[in-house]
Amino acid sequence: MKIAVFCKSVPDTETKVRLKGDRLDTSGIKYILNPYDEFAVEEAVRMKEAKKAEEIVAISMGPARAQEALRNALAIGADRAVLVTDDALDGSDTLATAKVLVKVLEKEGGDFDLLLFGQRAIDGDTWQVPSQVAALLDLPQATCTVALEVEPGSKAVATRLVEGGEEIHELTLPAVITCSKGLNEPRYPSLPNIMKAKKKPLTTYSLGDLGIDASEVGKNGSRTEVLSYELPPARGGGKKVEGEPEEVVAELVKFLKEEIKVI
Amino acid sequence: MSLWVIAEQRNGKLRKASLEALSEGNRVASKLGVPFEAVIVGSGVKDLAAEIGKYGAKKVYAIDSADLASYNPIAYSRAIADLVKEHSPKVIFVGNTLNGREIAARVAAKVGAGLASDCIAFDVDGGKLVATRPAISGKVITKIGFSSEIQMATLRSNVFNVEEVGGTPEVVEVPFSAADVDSKQTMKEFVSKETGRPELTEAAIIVSGGRGLKEGENFKLVEELADLLGAAVGASRAAVDAGWKPQSFQVGQTGKTVSPNLYVAVGISGAIQHLAGMSSSKYIVAINKDPDAPIFNIADFGAVGDLFKIVPLLTEELKKATT
Ligand SMILES: Cc1cc2nc3c(=O)[nH]c(=O)nc-3n(C[C@H](O)[C@H](O)[C@H](O)COP(=O)(O)OP(=O)(O)OC[C@H]3O[C@@H](n4cnc5c(N)ncnc54)[C@H](O)[C@@H]3O)c2cc1C
Ligand SMILES: Nc1ncnc2c1ncn2[C@@H]1O[C@H](COP(=O)(O)O)[C@@H](O)[C@H]1O
Repeated sequence: MKIAVFCKSVPDTETKVRLKGDRLDTSGIKYILNPYDEFAVEEAVRMKEAKKAEEIVAISMGPARAQEALRNALAIGADRAVLVTDDALDGSDTLATAKVLVKVLEKEGGDFDLLLFGQRAIDGDTWQVPSQVAALLDLPQATCTVALEVEPGSKAVATRLVEGGEEIHELTLPAVITCSKGLNEPRYPSLPNIMKAKKKPLTTYSLGDLGIDASEVGKNGSRTEVLSYELPPARGGGKKVEGEPEEVVAELVKFLKEEIKVI
Repeated sequence: MSLWVIAEQRNGKLRKASLEALSEGNRVASKLGVPFEAVIVGSGVKDLAAEIGKYGAKKVYAIDSADLASYNPIAYSRAIADLVKEHSPKVIFVGNTLNGREIAARVAAKVGAGLASDCIAFDVDGGKLVATRPAISGKVITKIGFSSEIQMATLRSNVFNVEEVGGTPEVVEVPFSAADVDSKQTMKEFVSKETGRPELTEAAIIVSGGRGLKEGENFKLVEELADLLGAAVGASRAAVDAGWKPQSFQVGQTGKTVSPNLYVAVGISGAIQHLAGMSSSKYIVAINKDPDAPIFNIADFGAVGDLFKIVPLLTEELKKATT
């Protein structure tokens, strides 16, 4: 099997968001491989280790710094990486992004058996890109996957964690899977593997390389636009009650009764 | 030029997220001055049209076929996209359930619509929708504008009021044939994990436990409290990773995002990744023995003390209050 793993470079989970006017202030932000994409890379690497997959290609669209996230994917065990980077991509919404990712798949031979994504990117939090790639390619899909069995050349059985239970889907390959926590425990890359990753091939494409017109992506090619950013209303700490447990509980009961009215 | 809500059902019952989407759809349609209509997909679902009408939809398109009995993202989204292409609604709302997200994203891609997911508010500006949605795990709130003719959004659960307005809709049955079912994908089974408690993302009250509980066994303290409050039970990642609760209970960046009316954090420190999943709760109560625990920075009521004393006392008081 040939597996594509989609990797996004996102702000570190600890990031404190600051604004410059009504825009994001991105200075000083540390970027990481999207945590959910780690589950995807790990899953691919395990399939390769189980001799079910021959090649794992890590794919990202983003600014030059996304190379770092890709190097991380290579250190976990992807074989090679592809980055699409171009100033004209700035402001692309999910559908524009999905179209670019589809072009990358074509450029890379179009013969992928499995497309592995993170369930969501923790920056935009849209959960949209994988389903949109699946729709554009008319592929079956399972999002929020917590267990996956793949029969190369044939099918995948995915267990999706949904509200109130689990859905078990059988998908003909090629298929789109989005990976969730619970699927596996991503490994920490070893130092030798981090060193090796530096030598693995990382190809960079511009829009021209993919035959995409700048008008199809970025702000012009997008159907949604972020008009403004604001910080959520500050949540000051409210009452803090210390003392004997009985007193604390008496105050708490009063709060639940009188202020929230849940009892 | 109408506003549509794609309603979702499970086992012949409309999902709560859909009731919320229908209610908000009705309100936004009147702001936009456009007719409010709905779509329902599945098997035996046209009988749900009357119920959908209660929330104000004047017309219900029922894509009703035995072949659609089980959820199939390819078939469902293709059938809806075809209907959208035929009628060109202006705005389409979908409840932000896991399947709602899939369908919304696929339909948007098929019809070339802009899509804003997990929205918490809507405005109308110059006849166009403006959607408000959190991003970066709730650390910012963004406003999203649309340039596409068709504007789509999914609606975060538990945010929009359910409002019955009454009415009897016209029901339009949309033909669907077996040949349209996509054989690339089949849902083999639904394994119910119902706990008898509300679903986390839909619950009005959540009581969550963290590492402070010390042992999985002690979750019974959290559960007893939850049951007295009619609440769902949640857990921090530390509690899930310790094996005390399955992944489906986890709240936070790598778990569920919840917006209940009341969130009670028991023995949870309030790490930024936990807050990512619950900081939009209306009220937060924290029980923690460490007065400097970060959870207190966002709690409306912070109970400082030993949870093993406070929770049983609270449970006793609630029992008294409810009998
Ligand atoms: C990429 C990434 C994603 C993550 N995603 C999530 C996520 O989705 N959800 C999540 O929750 N975390 C997530 N985390 C983990 C997060 O950083 C914290 O480690 C975790 O939330 C801590 O859980 P906790 O509060 O239960 O445990 P702790 O931080 O250990 O807190 C336990 C608390 O219990 C209190 N306590 C102890 N004993 C008592 C007692 N007897 N009475 C009262 N209080 C007591 C302590 O004072 C302490 O504040 C993520 C981390 C990373 C790096
Ligand atoms: N720019 C991107 N480059 C590569 N993969 C992406 C990109 N955006 C999203 N993805 C993939 O799609 C998943 C879901 O992202 P999102 O739809 O933005 O929440 C991510 O976890 C990635 O696997």
